[in-house]
Amino acid sequence: MRDVPISNCEREFLLAIIAEKKRVDGRQPTDLRQVKIQFGSNFGSCEVSFGKTRVLATVSSEVAAPKQRRPNEGILFVNVELSPMGHPSFEQGRQTEESVELNRLMERCLKESRCVDLESLCIVVGEKVWTVRVDVTVVNQDGNMLDCASIAAIAALAHFKRPDVTVKGQEITIHTSDERDPIPLSIHHMPLCVTFAFFHQGKFLLIDPQEREERVTEGKMVIGMNKHREICMLQVTGQMLLHQDKVKQCTKMAFVKVVEMTELIQEALANDKTARSKGEKCGFAMSSEKEINTTVSPAKLVEDVSKTDLPMSSDSDSGSEQEMVEAGPQERPVGDSPKVVGKGVAIIGSAAVKKWEEEEERVKGDKKGKKKKEASVKEASVKGQQSRPQASAYF
Amino acid sequence: MAGVELLSDQGFRIDGRRPHELRKIECRLGVFRQADGSAYIEQGNTKVLAAVYGPHEVRGGRGKALHDKVVVNCQYSMATFSTGERKRRPRGDRKSQEMTMHLQQTFDATILTTLYPRSQIDIFVEVLQADGGNYCASVNAATLALIDAGIPLKDYVCASSAGFVRDTALVDMNHLEESSGGTELIIATLPKSQQIVFLEMNSRLHEDNLSAVMDRAVAGCTDVYNVLDTAVRDHVGETAAAIGGDAA
Repeated sequence: MRDVPISNCEREFLLAIIAEKKRVDGRQPTDLRQVKIQFGSNFGSCEVSFGKTRVLATVSSEVAAPKQRRPNEGILFVNVELSPMGHPSFEQGRQTEESVELNRLMERCLKESRCVDLESLCIVVGEKVWTVRVDVTVVNQDGNMLDCASIAAIAALAHFKRPDVTVKGQEITIHTSDERDPIPLSIHHMPLCVTFAFFHQGKFLLIDPQEREERVTEGKMVIGMNKHREICMLQVTGQMLLHQDKVKQCTKMAFVKVVEMTELIQEALANDKTARSKGEKCGFAMSSEKEINTTVSPAKLVEDVSKTDLPMSSDSDSGSEQEMVEAGPQERPVGDSPKVVGKGVAIIGSAAVKKWEEEEERVKGDKKGKKKKEASVKEASVKGQQSRPQASAYF
Repeated sequence: MAGVELLSDQGFRIDGRRPHELRKIECRLGVFRQADGSAYIEQGNTKVLAAVYGPHEVRGGRGKALHDKVVVNCQYSMATFSTGERKRRPRGDRKSQEMTMHLQQTFDATILTTLYPRSQIDIFVEVLQADGGNYCASVNAATLALIDAGIPLKDYVCASSAGFVRDTALVDMNHLEESSGGTELIIATLPKSQQIVFLEMNSRLHEDNLSAVMDRAVAGCTDVYNVLDTAVRDHVGETAAAIGGDAA
């Protein structure tokens, strides 16, 4: 399905409030949304959500022949898929620009930073090595898929355990998890990505942009860092011009966020470990919240409107209120009460500047100009009679 | 690759350069008759051709036309004989697609796009020999081609790469230095205002070393700009003399 373009009103509104350092969901420009990390019952599956953006990562392993150039190293594959359930514009199988970019950034962040120790994945040099495959699926896109995906991938890799192997001469035995405990991967460091979105020619920036904010951004900077202050990946994209100092400023901000996130991952891993050792049930089913849409509306919305005396009957009013609430919980800005303008008409908040009057004046101006032109043509040409009816036909 | 020293004790690199020295740059404008603008650049052993067509009507239906800007269409292609091993897919694989996107974004930010609404500018880049710094040479070649085509730009776009070996920042890395696994920072700037149009960095680098590497790369861009500017002025002088007008 083709993407619905963002309307000019919404675009202007977003740019205006960003210039005032405010955000639609009330966050500070450098705040992240609520981050949740949940592990599945299989080793190596992890789901991370940044607010409403949800990403699922799964790690699996297989024995295969190594690359010719590096016979003593295992292989790491990273694949990011934008599932059609994530956003109406995602299509099955089509490799859009966005998906290529996401894949390349994830590849660079995980593979080229050498975060996983590949030499320990070697079984027989030159013949058999472990190939570890990370499959990341974006389940719901509400902005900032990359940060979410990087955390999911790293957490999944840290959670994953591969089967134990014994090599006796030419024989290789892969033990099942019943025979011997599986072994976790050795991870040197955790490179995490932080996305900065720039607006107004690079003057204002936001961390963790939401989907609407992403649509109006002029450019993005992605910084992949680990908690040892090493920058693993840096990329500036978009149609904007930056200064060197901005880059350095952002790396400092990114470091703070990365440390926060790394602690969160370690905490989640520790919790999962203790839950498993205690024999408690673990997995997605236990840790996901239930999201149920009911017709029971929150009392607030209905009360606010009933305060103003609307001349319309209360039945139809509450009916329309009900519809509004079922569509989805809408957060109204605090301090904005509806203003009744006329019979059955109320305004909440302020609208954009009305430009119709300007448009009318412009059209009038054009018409005046045309009249003058027609008059001069009439004088210049010989066929004066013919041009007059033409002029009147316009107006 | 073990055993290959990228920086000797005396401060010389593998090809005998000093850390702050660029490779030899040779360039020519106006190499094709058909294209509106074209250029050829050699940076050391990396050889890149660029051709620009436009501005012209949008191909592929009116749906793709933008009402207020020009559509910048790029294509980055590597010849099959350009690398050590024969390349099976000259274009269409992930890395080429990524390069195409980066080139498109770089030039979208530099061309004065609001001057040609409902039109399209095509930039075709072909790498004939790849010896490191492919993106940089492509950007430099495309800049020259755009100047040759007479398309208004905010400024020259010059790109340069820099790396970090043994606590020294190196500029303009060749293929051997790139593939040794050290860090590589690729930057494209507008030299006069020192603004960054594109920045990409791979592999681990400590935050404290970032400024040194960035400064070295930006200095590299300024050096490239000097070379390109001289080449453009010479070309314009020659053309003017050929037409018979006064070059001044």
